[in-house]
Amino acid sequence: MTVQLWTYILVGITFALYIGIAIWSRAGSTKEFYVAGGGVSPLANGMATAADWMSAASFISMAGLISFMGYDGAVYLMGWTGGYVLLALLLAPYLRKFGKFTVPDFIGERYYSKTARIVAVLCALLVSFTYVAGQMRGVGVVFSRFLEVDINTGVIIGMIIVLFYAVLGGMKGITYTQVAQYCVLIFAFMVPAIFISIQMTGNPIPQLGMGAKGADGVYLLEKLNGLSTELGFAEYTKGSKSMIDVFAITFALMVGTAGLPHVIVRFFTVKRVRDARKSAGLALLFIAILYTAAPAVAVFARTNLINTVSGQPYSSMPQWFSNWEKTGLLKFNDKNEDGLIQYVADAQLNELVVDRDIMVLANPEIANLPAWVIALVAAGGLAAALSTAAGLLLVISSSVSHDLIKNVFNPKITEKQELVAARLSAVGAVCVAGYFGINPPGFVAAVVALAFGLAAASFFPAIILGIFYKKMNKEGAIAGMVVGISLMLFYMLKFKFGIFDGGKAAVAGLKSDWWFGISPEGFGTIAMLVNFAVSLIVNRFTGEVPEEVQEIVENIRIPSGAGEATH
Amino acid sequence: MKNDKAKQYWRENLKYLLILLTIWFSVSYGAGIIFRSTLDQFYIGGFPLGFWFAQQGAIYVFVLLIFIYVRLMNRLDSKYGFDKD
Repeated sequence: MTVQLWTYILVGITFALYIGIAIWSRAGSTKEFYVAGGGVSPLANGMATAADWMSAASFISMAGLISFMGYDGAVYLMGWTGGYVLLALLLAPYLRKFGKFTVPDFIGERYYSKTARIVAVLCALLVSFTYVAGQMRGVGVVFSRFLEVDINTGVIIGMIIVLFYAVLGGMKGITYTQVAQYCVLIFAFMVPAIFISIQMTGNPIPQLGMGAKGADGVYLLEKLNGLSTELGFAEYTKGSKSMIDVFAITFALMVGTAGLPHVIVRFFTVKRVRDARKSAGLALLFIAILYTAAPAVAVFARTNLINTVSGQPYSSMPQWFSNWEKTGLLKFNDKNEDGLIQYVADAQLNELVVDRDIMVLANPEIANLPAWVIALVAAGGLAAALSTAAGLLLVISSSVSHDLIKNVFNPKITEKQELVAARLSAVGAVCVAGYFGINPPGFVAAVVALAFGLAAASFFPAIILGIFYKKMNKEGAIAGMVVGISLMLFYMLKFKFGIFDGGKAAVAGLKSDWWFGISPEGFGTIAMLVNFAVSLIVNRFTGEVPEEVQEIVENIRIPSGAGEATH
Repeated sequence: MKNDKAKQYWRENLKYLLILLTIWFSVSYGAGIIFRSTLDQFYIGGFPLGFWFAQQGAIYVFVLLIFIYVRLMNRLDSKYGFDKD
């Protein structure tokens, strides 16, 4: 059977599965819609959180990025896992005990203020919308390469599927489809990784294969270091970013992870405080399987790529080479017209341009794996993109229906009406996300990475202070969030988009002006520190925290009597 | 009385957090970033040690830390009688 036929079969089966689960788990109440009824088991919640968390970026792009970054790829590996330690120890148990539906719920009540709630809603919408547009695009890319449909058609098919189970099932539908999607995506990621690890090192565990010897008796990493320096690249295990930037980016991603509303909200769906702790551990365990295999895939893919193409005649390239050339993600330009592929670091002499995204998608083809494995990767990429998109859409729809309509504009709304409002805002959110997927503003990819900086700069300090500092008042928290997110936006616009210096073209030249030598991706760390400082200083000079709010704080510190999530 | 108990529980909890977060910081920012070059002189298998911490080891420790925290807290909850729903 051909790759394409296999892809149709596997994608078809998985989509049918997701729709089946959606029909089985329809939401009947707002509580089911927002937090899946609050009775999800820690195991299911752990898997759902893992799928929610691992987006198209984790599945498709990350290993490819690492393979070009070498050591520096650690910023993603540690940054996107270490945040779960913060989540589990500093946030999840207390927010679960607090027992509301959304992050703005917590901010609004803890800081006894409608303004604080509205600021939080705006931050949540900003973070989630930028993030979700990238996911829809990912769906489109997978469809176009593997099923050979137009990218836009791919986006629309993806929209219909998500619409179906997010609108029908709300959080309940999303949770159980995410459990299935986790299984699909982890299987799809690990099977090729294991195959290639055996092929290259004889060790079936990719995490170990990465540090093992190849068939020629030389350690794989040593060989890759040699190949890299030979071609003029930095040594693979050394990397090229400055230490302070690696530090700042890793920290911003960790703290951002712990401040992302669509991740936090997952911990509202379990029954008890102890379940929230446990499911954070399980979520990280499930995530770590992929995150420790990804750097291995990066090493295998990079070595394979260099060995296959470097200095070889263009005419002898295998089939996958021309397949990917057609998509424009692989470009060869024979500058010195010798018919050989010069793949080197020097841009003047380099003849091959490789898009980082194809490393995972093309890897099974490069390694000559069977057709069904290649098709599996397509199904896995779709599962990763759809599960994250659905989680984000839920945050957007509950921000609108619960935080804005129910708690700000029209508190008299009935339960039934709120459920209708929640479903309608989910439909609206899917359409907006789809629009951005079809007409991606040029900056989507860049902003997805920066969504973490925004979350770090806004939510994280407000939530931490809300739990660990009883005397934190509303003036301080609001000032901190506003200053933090504004500073982050300013830095992003200045150094990522060059808005104040004449547009994108100026960005590269501004690098020497970076504050403390920290890139926009790492700046969330600074913005977060500023948020903390502003909050504490303003707090010092403004009003007392009401007695009943201090009691709420004392209450959330004790795990017993969590009850169920309520309005 | 009830308040004292809650305060003591909270203090023990903070102590655990401090210890666990110190480990969290040392394996990632310490071994994986700040002292990476020094550690890279040592090898486990084909991995330079600092590189291994940054791309593998830190993540394993993160997972362990959460499960240790879960155990410690479950024990603490029952010690103070906060394990009832």
